[in-house]
Amino acid sequence: MLLDFFTHLRRAGLPVSTTEHLVLLDGLSKNVGVLDLNRFYQFARLCLIKDESLYDRFDQVFQAYWAGREAAFDLNLDNIPNDWLKLSDKDALSEEQKAMVEALGGWDKLMETLAKRLEEQNEEHHGGSKWIGTRGTSPFGHGGFNPEGVRIGGQGGQGRAVKVWEQRRYKDLDGTRELGTRDFKIALRSLRKLTRDGRADTLDLDATIRSTANNAGMLEIKMRAERRNAVNVLLLLDVGGSMDYHTALCEQLFSAARSEFKHLEHFYFHNFIYEKVWRNNSRRHNDTVSVPELIRTYGKKYRVIYVGDATMSPYEVVAEGGSVEHWNTEPGAVWMQRMQQHFSHCVWLNPEKPDYWDTTPSIRIIRQLMQNRMFTLNVNGIQNAIDALKTPIIPLNLTDQS
Amino acid sequence: MIDSDYIITDELQQAVDAALTLERPLLVKGEPGTGKTQLAVEISQRLDAPLFQWHVKSTTSAHQGLYEYDAVSRLRDSQLGDERVKDIGNYILHGVLWDAFTCDERAVVLIDEIDKADIEFPNDLLQELDRMSFNVYETRETITARQRPLVIITSNNEKELPDAFLRRCFFHYIEFPDRETMKNIVAAHYPTIKQDLLKSAMEIFFDLREVPGLKKKPSTSELLDWLKLLIADDLPAEALGSDELRTVLPKMHGALLKNEQDVHLFERLIFLHKQRKN
Repeated sequence: MLLDFFTHLRRAGLPVSTTEHLVLLDGLSKNVGVLDLNRFYQFARLCLIKDESLYDRFDQVFQAYWAGREAAFDLNLDNIPNDWLKLSDKDALSEEQKAMVEALGGWDKLMETLAKRLEEQNEEHHGGSKWIGTRGTSPFGHGGFNPEGVRIGGQGGQGRAVKVWEQRRYKDLDGTRELGTRDFKIALRSLRKLTRDGRADTLDLDATIRSTANNAGMLEIKMRAERRNAVNVLLLLDVGGSMDYHTALCEQLFSAARSEFKHLEHFYFHNFIYEKVWRNNSRRHNDTVSVPELIRTYGKKYRVIYVGDATMSPYEVVAEGGSVEHWNTEPGAVWMQRMQQHFSHCVWLNPEKPDYWDTTPSIRIIRQLMQNRMFTLNVNGIQNAIDALKTPIIPLNLTDQS
Repeated sequence: MIDSDYIITDELQQAVDAALTLERPLLVKGEPGTGKTQLAVEISQRLDAPLFQWHVKSTTSAHQGLYEYDAVSRLRDSQLGDERVKDIGNYILHGVLWDAFTCDERAVVLIDEIDKADIEFPNDLLQELDRMSFNVYETRETITARQRPLVIITSNNEKELPDAFLRRCFFHYIEFPDRETMKNIVAAHYPTIKQDLLKSAMEIFFDLREVPGLKKKPSTSELLDWLKLLIADDLPAEALGSDELRTVLPKMHGALLKNEQDVHLFERLIFLHKQRKN
């Protein structure tokens, strides 16, 4: 039966592994997480789920699976009477449980339902063993009617003091994330490796000491390549408008990038690059940096990564005054060209799915401007982007293009 | 129950029990200020077991928790012709895990803020935490835990941890305490606090947590600090203006809002609120 539960978890896309399942079984055989379904829930979650953003999904699967089978769970245990004895001992309840008892309409009401539960339990005793094998009810059918038509599960009918998984407390934590920080970091690491290789021309003091000491005091010099990462990165992030949806993703990338580089500068823009960018979103209107200044300040060695969905009206890229926020005297494409002339190592990361790229005119135009250096914002995309960063771009001649 | 001001929830209690019974590391996550680090201290007190703390920094490597070979001292000693130099074991510095493994009783090990370290750090500890033993290359000995210690690992979610590592741990997410639990926590810390002051302070606190867009939501430790200030100044409950909530900045708000932007945001909300009232 537990194996069935396990497959249900996997089917719901929860990353539970066999090892974890075995630990769960091991625990149960040592009497951890038995006695009642609540304890089992806690223990199963402890074993199987390693990310609080998945708690909610786990709660849902748990509810769907165990609704209607709760009795079956109890039947597998020899010590049900103990459990109930414990329940009827009011003083043994925690504050939380007491509050729950009140919520269920007071102690007497609860005892009443408990008595009812007992009856149900007797009934089910006959058919109980049948359930375990047959799996007749659909586990995802909500509501939990057992084959005999006795309603089990739902509000209070069970006399369970607290049913955590039905409260779905972790709803807020569930963000089905497309890309984790860890993936980003792995990808960004290869960016750091860009300039790692080189001649071994720096004295490696630690290694020298170690090898000399290991060598019983005879000096043994160790050299190594320049270790400090020399890659400078300029991160330009699109904010606002159609990007709002992707902001969280971008911030993840940003937080991942931050710890990887010694020199990492970030600026924001809206939709496309024009004459100004800004550093701080809350002061974007009065604290801007002009793009020529950006070009003067940061050397040619800076790698520029644009992050944006590139989804906008094509005029915002190619026309004067096309910007949605201000009157730009020169088209964005011209500014992009200027950026490229200085920062020739550049890529564009796009959180939008590549399926939409060809059908969105502005993405097509920007891809052309970036000479296909546009990549999806996921691990593969970033790795490809990093490869692309190794070679300089030769800016398009805009007059040819039109 | 030992006299203590740390409130442990049922869920957490169960998690710790399971980790003890099945001898698996317990990974604890949660908002800052929910007492993750304190948990290990508390457990060690309740179990009356020695506590070994390992506070991880960005430069910490997994090896430092096991042992370090102090080659520099040895080099110096060899220049001075010290006798000690002949035994390499003299230059092996024990790390936290070594001490915990060789401890006679069952120990509690705290690996604090594991997410601060390098991304490969947890992977480097897999074997050691699994088998509870490790080899010392220099002296060719194997250190095996006499009693498997209870390992508590905390994480602030700054980095994601590798799957292989997660599979070997139990995971518990400490939720932000609800009002009831929070009351217990406060009562444990300040048993003599005036009830009306506490009531309005709690209201402000939980309201503040619900203000959208705060960079850093105030947490338990901030509430406790704030209450300490309020008590020290012996403020009456009216001073907090609980009825006129959100029409003034709460007194001593510096203890709750630690970010200039948050204070600005809050001021703006107050301003809007006032305007709507008029």
